[in-house]
Amino acid sequence: MNSSTKLNILRTLLAVFIALLISFGIIFLTSDEPVKAIVQLLTGPLQSQRRFGNVIEAMIPLIFTGVGISIMFAANEINLAGEGAFHLGGLAATYFALNTALPPVISPIATILIAGLCGMIVTGIPALMKIKTESDVLVSSLMMNYLVLYFSTYVLSNILRDPAAGAVVSFAVPSVTQLGTIFNGTRIHVGLFIALAAAAIGYIFLYKTKLGYEIRVTGENREFARYSGINVVKITLVSQLFGGAIFGIGGGVELLGMYNRFTWTSLLGYGWDAIIITTLAKKNPIYVPLAAFFLAYLRTGASIMSRSTDVVTEIVTITQGIIILLVVAEQFLSKYKHKIISKEAKAALVEKEGE
Amino acid sequence: MIIEAVFSPEFLNATLRATTPILFAALASCIASKSGVINMALEGIMLFTALFGVIFSAAFQSAWLGLLATMAVGGFIGFFLAFFVLRLKTDEILAAIAINLIANGATILILLYVSGDRGISSSIPSLIIPRVTLPIIKDIPFLGQVLSNQNILTYVSLIMVAVVHIFLYRTPLGLKIRAVGENKDAAESVGISSDKIRYISLTLSGVLASMGGFFLSGGYMTKFTIGMSAGRGFIALAAGAMGGNTPIGSFLVSLLFGAAQALSNILQLGAWPHELVQMLPYVTTLIGLGIYSYSRMKKRQRLTGR
Amino acid sequence: MGDKVLQMNNIMKIYPNGVVAVEDVTFELEKGEIHALLGENGAGKSTLMKVLFGIESPEQGEIILNGQKENIKSPLDAIKKGIGMVHQHFMLVPSLTVAENIVLGMEPKKNKLFIDEERAFKLSKETADIYNFDIDVKERVEELPVGLKQKVEILKALYRGADILILDEPTAVLTPQETEELFIQLKKLKEKGHTIIFISHKLDEIKEICDRATIMRNGRSKGTYLVKDITTAEMSRLMVGRDVVTTFDKKPAELKDTVLKVRNLSVTGTTGIKRVDDLSFDVKKGEIFGIAGVEGNGQGQLVEVLTGLSKKYKGQIKVFDQDAKKYSIRELRDLGMAHIPEDRMTYGCARNMNIMDNIFTNQYHKTEYSGKVLLKNRKIENRVNELIKEYRVKTKSYRQSVGMLSGGNIQKVVVAREFSTSPAIIIANQPTRGIDVGAASFIRQRILDFRDSGCAIILISADLNEVLELSDRLAVIYKGQFSGVFNNVKNVTEVELGKYMLGIKKDDRLEGIIYEQ
Repeated sequence: MNSSTKLNILRTLLAVFIALLISFGIIFLTSDEPVKAIVQLLTGPLQSQRRFGNVIEAMIPLIFTGVGISIMFAANEINLAGEGAFHLGGLAATYFALNTALPPVISPIATILIAGLCGMIVTGIPALMKIKTESDVLVSSLMMNYLVLYFSTYVLSNILRDPAAGAVVSFAVPSVTQLGTIFNGTRIHVGLFIALAAAAIGYIFLYKTKLGYEIRVTGENREFARYSGINVVKITLVSQLFGGAIFGIGGGVELLGMYNRFTWTSLLGYGWDAIIITTLAKKNPIYVPLAAFFLAYLRTGASIMSRSTDVVTEIVTITQGIIILLVVAEQFLSKYKHKIISKEAKAALVEKEGE
Repeated sequence: MIIEAVFSPEFLNATLRATTPILFAALASCIASKSGVINMALEGIMLFTALFGVIFSAAFQSAWLGLLATMAVGGFIGFFLAFFVLRLKTDEILAAIAINLIANGATILILLYVSGDRGISSSIPSLIIPRVTLPIIKDIPFLGQVLSNQNILTYVSLIMVAVVHIFLYRTPLGLKIRAVGENKDAAESVGISSDKIRYISLTLSGVLASMGGFFLSGGYMTKFTIGMSAGRGFIALAAGAMGGNTPIGSFLVSLLFGAAQALSNILQLGAWPHELVQMLPYVTTLIGLGIYSYSRMKKRQRLTGR
Repeated sequence: MGDKVLQMNNIMKIYPNGVVAVEDVTFELEKGEIHALLGENGAGKSTLMKVLFGIESPEQGEIILNGQKENIKSPLDAIKKGIGMVHQHFMLVPSLTVAENIVLGMEPKKNKLFIDEERAFKLSKETADIYNFDIDVKERVEELPVGLKQKVEILKALYRGADILILDEPTAVLTPQETEELFIQLKKLKEKGHTIIFISHKLDEIKEICDRATIMRNGRSKGTYLVKDITTAEMSRLMVGRDVVTTFDKKPAELKDTVLKVRNLSVTGTTGIKRVDDLSFDVKKGEIFGIAGVEGNGQGQLVEVLTGLSKKYKGQIKVFDQDAKKYSIRELRDLGMAHIPEDRMTYGCARNMNIMDNIFTNQYHKTEYSGKVLLKNRKIENRVNELIKEYRVKTKSYRQSVGMLSGGNIQKVVVAREFSTSPAIIIANQPTRGIDVGAASFIRQRILDFRDSGCAIILISADLNEVLELSDRLAVIYKGQFSGVFNNVKNVTEVELGKYMLGIKKDDRLEGIIYEQ
């Protein structure tokens, strides 16, 4: 590992550390029992098997979204419709499960694949619009999220709604489609394996396949990719579709694993979480589970903290924002970065002189 | 019946109301974009300032003082964004996403801390900017009903269209902003510091957006509810872009979206399923963006032959 | 004329990558003269002026303005001291009016808050009138033709009180008409007592308008001469001589089939001017077809259409007897075309990716390196290590990111990539520009090796040494056309070549440019 990678890891850790410090500061300011709150935040999840289980469950959708966005961002396209893709994936899974009667094992697999397909459509629309009309992916992808939200709420309230249930929720998804729990005493479901597989597949896709290579080159230098013969338009589209599919699958898995009815009446925010995760994981799917674990741990800790103290979970959202700000700031510790880079460049030059 | 409803003065009146927050944000987007920076943090700024509007107006027991204090907050957030983008070289989109995230969390946190409630600010005795009727105008047939009986901030937003226009096109600072945005090198070659200009434009952008945010909880609605910006900051980005980043252009596009919003409000009361109707502003934005971009692409292709 | 208005003594400028751009140059300017600064690209003239205008700071040397020693810290400082620069790429804001562009940064104010538009119009109109510039100051710059845009740039400098005006290749973008107009303006400026530095390599223009000329070559000054006392041939000789002559051991060329046929090729630029003007030529396997020329005479556009990066051209390009228009870039490469790009950082590499990723962009899809889906990483690694050795890329491992390498090593990576597919046609555009001597001679030898093994090579270069030593046949491109072709390169002197490159000489008949009808 060369020194510039080491420095990057250091910067990331420092950013996380500073963000946590600031959050602790806020806790101190707003809470009557700050120490207890911080202890709960940091160690709460370790206090019982069930609680640690909560961390793992929370990790699962984060892995999917982290991988999905890593693939989309690898092509250097800022498509933020992953949020909507996830949401639609959950809806599609519910609808499909409720309206088909497939045998065990096949049912959840087919359902999840359909969810992926729908996710693909959500991220695909802005990508296609960029190709056909040169419209800015940023705005169009943001609009997609709201469109999906209202559309799903409509479908929920008018088509899938279970009148027998108290709240606005769908009918229960048949148990044959649901993903079973792995460890008793927790809610960790089979989706965990699927998520880890997705991370592995994502990594292999980006770093070991032709397509992945083409996507990365396109993202790094579009002109260079084109000059090399890569069809940059097609490749960018593929990356958006593939990423969207993973988001959609994530939504389907989350629904089938953690819920038995479609209950989402607002956007869950996994799309924005994905940004943090990919920032921490440096866009590499293989590191996503680590980053996802970290975020999930923090979230669970915050939830435990909020139940036993007066600090609300939203503190973690603030932490997340600060982490992004600091990690992405090029100039954060840039003086040191420059020193190391010029040291390495000089070393390379010196070696060159010897030829 | 719907057609009647759409062309009624009440509907147009409602349109103006709905346009106001989007218009403020769209103008904010214009100024930032003219200087060459995308301000995607408008959503977060509006959310923050909607909350702070309520808090300040209650603290000062004056809506106007509350507005002024809120504008300072908005300016500060704009400055904060500029700092991270210009000084620390953070990517402008990611920095904006971070700010929006922090806004999401912080507004709930602060709301809880100040009002004791996690969803709505009812317990805070906030004040709103009132609606007024305009003395002579209200008697003009049809137009009178549209233009009179609006919130003062609505009138302010309309005036702001002119103010921002004059600012950008008639003042030295506005000239510098446009120069930096169009050709940074040209500006720097005559000694203009593009960083300084961008700091200013982003701060002003924040101030304008904050007026929209204040209006949300202090005029359009009377309280702050979590998430109440509901994507308006993003719609405003589209409005700015589609309006060619000019104040007048953004105004016209914002009107369009305001109409979509008002329409969805009306239709919700009727037989149409209200969730689908709520999609209207967003669908309008999407389609509008597509059409606008397509025509720009065609024009560019014609001119350069590529 | 008479008093020295500017004296630059013993200026030395070394760029961070080690290149000595300007070496011990002394340059002086007399008041009221139009002084040409001549030299090829890379001769150091732009750098010398950047030092004068405060864009670069010299390692050594002093600047004396009107008898006073000055330290010019920035362009703004230079402007304050009466030096104005009209850049090659205009520094104008398109949507603003002429007046707004001129007063930008020092706008006249009305009531302290607003721009006094009337005064801005008046002041800029006044300036324009003083110098007899016929221009509508109320028009938007984006509406103006190039010639007028340039006038705005000049007015900008004059408005700010420039006594010395530096014009950087001013006629590069002008039509002959506009050039004439410019010259009339310049003479008027001279009458008013302004001093002009005219950076150019267009000898006929220098003869027409300039009083004295300083010639630079390889970072040094070759002397200052009275234009009326020196011929264009002499200027050319001073500009384009070779200081270092390196020879290669070249076997006689063994020509095989014609693989590239170009007929009546024309490429029109966005301004409507023909960048490539009715070119026709053939290239056979086993030869190096050199194209010499000063940069900016159509080479870039020619390469774009030959390599498939642009399909916008008139005329015919045939590769292996097939119409090249129907092939994509990928297909052209698979047919055996390799391209060493002029700008290696923009087109030639992805600086944040490692060497392995950069070397494989043209062959990862071939069956020996990938299956249907997966890359055969082991095979790729082995091949990359082979290539690193073969091309002597100085690096610790293939995992090093390309951006960290020196210019010469980056170019070696580019060349390794392009040559590693055993191409049939190589298009090398300025292949050794900006790299160290060792890497340059290594690459040139490789080019020769490929020529010996039967490759067809087009070598486009502004480096005379390179093009004279390597080419079997040599054409000179000037303003998008071939001004001459030499089938017996050994007998060509650089003086002769210089004349063709600078437009002094032009042959109507180009013998040997095409092989078959």
